[in-house]
Amino acid sequence: MEIEFRNINKTFGTVRANIGIHFSIPAGTIQGILGENGAGKSTLMKILSGYILPDSGEIYLDGELAKIENPADAIRYGIGMLHQDPLDFPPMKALDNFMIGKPGSLFPARREAERAFLELRDQFGFTVDPNSYVDSMTVGERQQLEILRLLWLGVRVFILDEPTTGISAQQKEKLFLTLRRLADNGNTVVFVSHKLEDVEALCDRVVVLRRGELAGQMTPPYDTDRLIEMMFGKVIKLDERLPCSATDQLVLRLQNVAIDDYRLQIRNVNLEVRCGEVIGLAGMEGSGQELLLRACAGLVRTVGGRVIVNGKDLTGKDTHSFMRHGVTFMPASRLEEGLIPGLSINEHFILTGEQKGVFIKRDKAKSYSQNKISEYSIRGFPESRVEALSGGNQQRTLLALLKEELSLILLEHPTRGLDIESTIYIWSKLKERCAKGAAILFISPDLEEILQYSDRVIVFFSGRVSPPLDATLTNVDQLGQLIGGKGWEEIFEKEQVGVSNAAQ
Amino acid sequence: MENEVILIGLAGVLASAAPVIFATIGETFAERSGVVNLSVNGTMLLTAMAGFVAAVLTKSVVVGFLVGLIVGALVALLVAFSSITLKLSQVAVGYVLTMTCRDLAYFLGNPYVGIEGVRINVVPIPVLSDIPILGTLLFKQDVMTYLSFILIVVAYVWIFKTRPGMMLQGVGERPAAAHNRGANVNRLRYIYTVLGGALVGISGPMYSLSVKAGWQGTISGLDGIGWIVLAITIFGAWNPLRAAFGAYLFALLQWLGLVLQPVLTGIPSQVLQAAPFPLMILTLLFVNIGDAEWVDRVLAQLPEGTRRAIVRIFRALRSQPPAALGTPFERQ
Repeated sequence: MEIEFRNINKTFGTVRANIGIHFSIPAGTIQGILGENGAGKSTLMKILSGYILPDSGEIYLDGELAKIENPADAIRYGIGMLHQDPLDFPPMKALDNFMIGKPGSLFPARREAERAFLELRDQFGFTVDPNSYVDSMTVGERQQLEILRLLWLGVRVFILDEPTTGISAQQKEKLFLTLRRLADNGNTVVFVSHKLEDVEALCDRVVVLRRGELAGQMTPPYDTDRLIEMMFGKVIKLDERLPCSATDQLVLRLQNVAIDDYRLQIRNVNLEVRCGEVIGLAGMEGSGQELLLRACAGLVRTVGGRVIVNGKDLTGKDTHSFMRHGVTFMPASRLEEGLIPGLSINEHFILTGEQKGVFIKRDKAKSYSQNKISEYSIRGFPESRVEALSGGNQQRTLLALLKEELSLILLEHPTRGLDIESTIYIWSKLKERCAKGAAILFISPDLEEILQYSDRVIVFFSGRVSPPLDATLTNVDQLGQLIGGKGWEEIFEKEQVGVSNAAQ
Repeated sequence: MENEVILIGLAGVLASAAPVIFATIGETFAERSGVVNLSVNGTMLLTAMAGFVAAVLTKSVVVGFLVGLIVGALVALLVAFSSITLKLSQVAVGYVLTMTCRDLAYFLGNPYVGIEGVRINVVPIPVLSDIPILGTLLFKQDVMTYLSFILIVVAYVWIFKTRPGMMLQGVGERPAAAHNRGANVNRLRYIYTVLGGALVGISGPMYSLSVKAGWQGTISGLDGIGWIVLAITIFGAWNPLRAAFGAYLFALLQWLGLVLQPVLTGIPSQVLQAAPFPLMILTLLFVNIGDAEWVDRVLAQLPEGTRRAIVRIFRALRSQPPAALGTPFERQ
């Protein structure tokens, strides 16, 4: 199906999300939509899929004006969207998710639906189990489920919003193969991303959005520098590997740590983290890295072993004890666990600040906040509410809120959903902390990020924990294998050899 | 003979649980769609009074129940309008409404206190009522009690087995995803809130025309049951079968309070009458105890086998509310 956008406009409050967007997507292609955070990509796609309505403008499908007023209309036209955070029902089974919304008789034919599910699944080589619960599935599997659902609904235009965020390298490879197949079968795929390498690897053509406007279009061969310039309006250079600033002083020691979750068991984790060191935790979502990270912050209770911070045994203590010993945790969900929606940047600084007494000295706090805002180049004012900031600026705010003297910083997806510019900035700030003696443990689904910024890497696979690997001696391929559960014997053998060498 | 008395008593338990079942399932429907209707207690009192008065004036119990249904639906419509359309706090609106409806019931019902009324009769079902034990228990009841049995099954099948019921689960769980699948979230919320209110509205006249026939104003003994209904909705994990179990448990406790009175002479009768309320709340406390952090900490020190067994029990007891309960939905 050929899709044509004609002069689409959409405003949220004072933000102009889409300004006169005008372009067309030919049938049977993979169209990339590239742009930094807040460029208006998702808005445009939500308009195409009927999730939101445009203020003005029309969409033409195969040359005819389409009236898309809600997602049901879009599905009738054969347009389906996979949202960045898959819009599914976590406490329900995959099969129920698959069936909800499919028109039909009062009592749905479960068996028939299951057959269709398995047929489509096998056709695409997916692995989702129709009887597993969505809240126990990885983001990659949830995407597969949504793709199957859209296929069953007879969708011919697939919109994917940032689908490579939060999935492993293997899952990404599989996803790309699937999208290729969909396009080869005559479907149109619209691939929304802020990741240049993904767009370049997959798409037949690309449009770039910048601040709500169409900044340009390109077909292969892609000129990366030119694309970056279209995205940001200026040229940005990617970073070199930053030097390791590790010292000999120990910050964190885990001895035979064991953690239990109702799905996962982690046993015998031994780890020593030194000042200034960055350790990346790699693994598919839900492989245990989240549990270990939270255990280091005192947010998850260990069921065995010891957790020692700065020489002090904090096993079984609550998270406030960990905080008192210089441990801080930055969660992946910035607005839910990190910041307080409804409060301004200034109020956040007041809450975390050192002001004594009952009454708040707002003016004093304001100048402090103003300094921090310029120091961390946050695009906002002391009065700006945090939920109104873009993802990148929320993350900068969280960083700015960190206390000065910290010994251990634990980060969950520190650059999730951030564009290149923000990512580079966030890491430069984090590395400054390392230079001052803090150690960092972080989780990322992005193996490139892990290799780029960590000194050592630990891989997780369904509760198994690898010994720390030297980041300069491993590579994306090896990590990808380990994440998928392959090549584990080798690293343990190597470890054994290393241990016996040391013994001699 | 002794056995026969106990059997009739238990049949009475089933009958006196019937209004609680209607109200709880009504509330379950509303909450499944994401709307908390906190006005249940007031609605039950107001509809008990209104249904009774209507039945007395028209000499028709059918009219009594219809009036109850309509009044209940109207109160729910107010809750729906203020929370879905005006996006006001569901808790505040529901609470104010429950107080207003209660006072209205006492004020408007005042002229009718203690007058002779009508009531629905027991209709034994031929053949079935002759079955030993079960016959007395299940098939010598009034029409509304039979309907309560049917309602449990229909509500369960609707929510968990039908296409619209699955969408209802979706609307309460994640309205954005339901919207994405073509549901009109706010319209569905209106429908289920009003339907739920109608069911709560039927439960009022079930008291004044059957279980506790008549209208006695402030001493009708109905005040407070609506709050228990809200507790049983949670205890029931928003599942009609489990909710019905909770309702029967509550009715059984009330009956035991009466039966044990002559035996336990040392305990004041008021204590026994009031006991079912705190007992119900106590059971509610245990439902989600496994989620508490301190329980986690205590469990972590137990040996592995014991810990796993206890965790499994806690997970089975657990009652998770629809994730979007009480939050308005806006499509941007």
